[in-house]
Amino acid sequence: MLASGTLSPSSLSVKDLLWQVQWDKEKCTLCGRCTAVCPVQAIELGVHRKRTIQIPPLAEIGPATSSSNVYQVYHGIGQRTDPAYACNGCAMCNLVCPNGAIIPQRSDEMDKLRFHLSRGGQARSRGGRRNVPDLLNLGTLDRIKFIRISMLTDPALDAGRHEFELRTLLGRVLPPEENLRLYRENGWIPPVREIYPLIIGSMSFGALSPNMWEGLQMGVAYLNEELGMPVRMCTGEGGCPPRLLRSRFLKYTILQIASGYFGWDEIIHALPEMKEDPCAIEIKYGQGAKPGDGGLLMWYKVNKLIAAIRGVPSGVSLPSPPTHQTKYSIEESVAKMIQSMYMAWGFRVPVYPKISGTSTALSVLNNLTRNSYAGGLSIDGEDGGTGAAYTVSMDHMGHPIASNIRDCYLNLAKLGRQNEVPLFAAGGVGKNGKLAANAAALIMLGASGVQVGKYLMQAGAGCVGSESDRCNICNIGLCPKGITSQDPRLYRRLDPEKVAERIVDIFLSFDTELRKIVAPLGRSTSLPIGMSDALAIDDRNAAERLQIKYVV
Amino acid sequence: MCRLIALTSEEPQSPMLAMRALDVMREGHDGSGVGLFLSDLGGAFESLKGLPILSGIFSGEGVKRLDRYMTSIGFVTRHNISIRNTKTPPSGTPKRDTYVICAYEYPSAWADLDQKEIQERLLLTRLRLRQMGEEQEDMIVYSFWPDVIMVKEIGDPLKVAEYLQLDREELKARVILAQGRQNTNYAINLYACHPFFIQGIASMTNGENTAFVPIREYLTSRGYPGYVGYQSDSEVFTHIAHYMIHSLGLDIEAYKHIITPLQDEDLESHPDGGFLKQLKHSCRRLIIDGPNCVMGRLPDNTLFLVQDRKKLRPAVAGGRKGMYAFSSEMCGLDAAIPDRDKRKDFQPMHLDTVIVPSDRSEVRVCSQVEPLALLH
Repeated sequence: MLASGTLSPSSLSVKDLLWQVQWDKEKCTLCGRCTAVCPVQAIELGVHRKRTIQIPPLAEIGPATSSSNVYQVYHGIGQRTDPAYACNGCAMCNLVCPNGAIIPQRSDEMDKLRFHLSRGGQARSRGGRRNVPDLLNLGTLDRIKFIRISMLTDPALDAGRHEFELRTLLGRVLPPEENLRLYRENGWIPPVREIYPLIIGSMSFGALSPNMWEGLQMGVAYLNEELGMPVRMCTGEGGCPPRLLRSRFLKYTILQIASGYFGWDEIIHALPEMKEDPCAIEIKYGQGAKPGDGGLLMWYKVNKLIAAIRGVPSGVSLPSPPTHQTKYSIEESVAKMIQSMYMAWGFRVPVYPKISGTSTALSVLNNLTRNSYAGGLSIDGEDGGTGAAYTVSMDHMGHPIASNIRDCYLNLAKLGRQNEVPLFAAGGVGKNGKLAANAAALIMLGASGVQVGKYLMQAGAGCVGSESDRCNICNIGLCPKGITSQDPRLYRRLDPEKVAERIVDIFLSFDTELRKIVAPLGRSTSLPIGMSDALAIDDRNAAERLQIKYVV
Repeated sequence: MCRLIALTSEEPQSPMLAMRALDVMREGHDGSGVGLFLSDLGGAFESLKGLPILSGIFSGEGVKRLDRYMTSIGFVTRHNISIRNTKTPPSGTPKRDTYVICAYEYPSAWADLDQKEIQERLLLTRLRLRQMGEEQEDMIVYSFWPDVIMVKEIGDPLKVAEYLQLDREELKARVILAQGRQNTNYAINLYACHPFFIQGIASMTNGENTAFVPIREYLTSRGYPGYVGYQSDSEVFTHIAHYMIHSLGLDIEAYKHIITPLQDEDLESHPDGGFLKQLKHSCRRLIIDGPNCVMGRLPDNTLFLVQDRKKLRPAVAGGRKGMYAFSSEMCGLDAAIPDRDKRKDFQPMHLDTVIVPSDRSEVRVCSQVEPLALLH
């Protein structure tokens, strides 16, 4: 900008941006890879003009000599400051740079960019999850300790050599008296699945790239068929590829139906040709990342394949309504939807709802306990991730998962139905990398299992997104790692085979860590659901709220 | 660890036999307490088999309150052998006023009640007395049931037994359960002392149940008035057996399928896999964990013995026709029944349930992988 130029309100300097690209002229080879790879075109070729003042040697200076200006041009990198092109910190430039000449760095103060992300009246939307940057201020789940260590009164178990049964149940479990009576009388007993307590949470085909989805599916198939771990994966709202619907691998899949009903035309038509029943049906009523908001697949990502599976035209945004349009009251809606879904598969497949973390979870739960078909309840806490949501929803809406799941469990225990309606916890599990510890804490607070999505993108495919507002562009199909992109030029960066390998690695190491937690607690014969006597936290208020021990 | 001995004999035996067996196993326990359960009684109670016997520890004031209360609801004392000891108790044992062992005639108003109703009322009476005792700290009640006597006290088992003169002629039984050591997990409390009893079912455990809290939550939420207490993590074993028999109508062979169910692969190949899978799912909150050896007595005086899923605690079963015993250690069994064929001693493993039926004809072992008798 020239001194005489004008400033618009959104004229920002690099200093005003959240991410500032540091570029080293000395190291730069001018290869151009960084500008080519940048998903948001935040950097461009910079043609810099530089003046050097050349002063003659002292001896040669005479009255007639004068200093001279020499103008030189050099090439390099320029960072754009238009908010539409602000660097998102993904650091792909650094990844591809042969000399390490370039890296984005986070501003040392709060950015001014955030005040200008409403251009055109559009509120900011993005992917990722709640941006809580301070890693030192760990979340509640990370601060929960496991304190009941077996040593002398009961010997500690050997996590490596003893027999463990780390399985959980998904589906409506009847009270023992009724269950045995119906068994004797050949009555209908609701279907129940024995599954691994770490479930791959709902990430749709569409939100994820085909390569990412394929990698997850291959990993799940390997875990089940080669390693005997009954890991299940939920489709999210986006249907299911036709070949998977007609394959034996469908039994490892939880089909989700949500308010947009995307993909269900395809699913219903595939019913007569299904070789296996799906594991379960998840009815999505809410999502932790954007409570009270429906699914959203932005037009960038709706290519021909996605459009075909979802039964929509390509190139249009697909915002699901915040609520199921058939909904009139909770009783009617839940009963009708759950029973319709049961009927579709001849009452052989468990059906359960998923809601976002909310202070009204107890009302939902109480209603489900009275509906003898409800196969569980999944609660997605405020730290849940998403492919696309308004920032305000992600950052400010929702309920933390720990107290939500605890309240629900204690309520079930009060009703004596803690074994009947399994609770599943989701939303920020493993957010700070402590997947097994978070999962174990939630299980001991009362969850029958946990659902996890974002962690698998980070650990399984190298997602660079973080809660420091890094990257978070899953919504516009420009994922630089090809995880959430529908552009073959991007998603071919991701090798599905390698993703599958990583998924297997993650589950195996999770399994080891979970044993390393439950074995010292003297638990191995069953998953320690509700074993709250093992838990403590160094915060008196949190301890009181969760009804666990307070330790310092 | 606790040390346990369970005896069943055609001839009534003195509880001292069990006390001496506990004493030879003293290296395995710390002598901090003793619990004793007697049934199929001999002596004076032989002819009073149908009448409920109250067992507990009462202060002088407690006895008066007890008498007033029992009279008010119509019970009449029939035979009282309560122990009032004026001697100085052994070191570590508190001085008590009265160890009540008293048989009552049923209230005349109960004459037309069916057996089930009588059993429920006996339970409620015991719970009411326990509650009264907790309010004034003047009564501790262990059992109120026909043909059952219980004694529990703090202190070295043999010294306590000698102090209470348990060798008296009128105190003999054909079924004896005895346990040495007080609870170590929680404060010393006589209600935490094994064996535990509910409606004819008694059990005692050597071990620690690490799944205690969720199981306690599940049992208390069954809405049954007898599922209270839980001063010890081992009390749930007794209540699970009660729940299984009374609410689910299953035999003791199913007990291990509830507390330590088979893993899924084994269930697939089990002849009763379908039933057992349902049982495992619906009773999932009753699965125990940790090292545990459970010995118990059923209402018909059958004795049973089960181990945890990993068999982390010792136990041996043995004896001769007419007299069998389960013991934590071989030396305890030697002390109780020296004249047996030791080659037939049996140490149950992780799948086994050992049963000595009430006719004392044999030691029966059933494995979890075998078909369930009750279903065929």
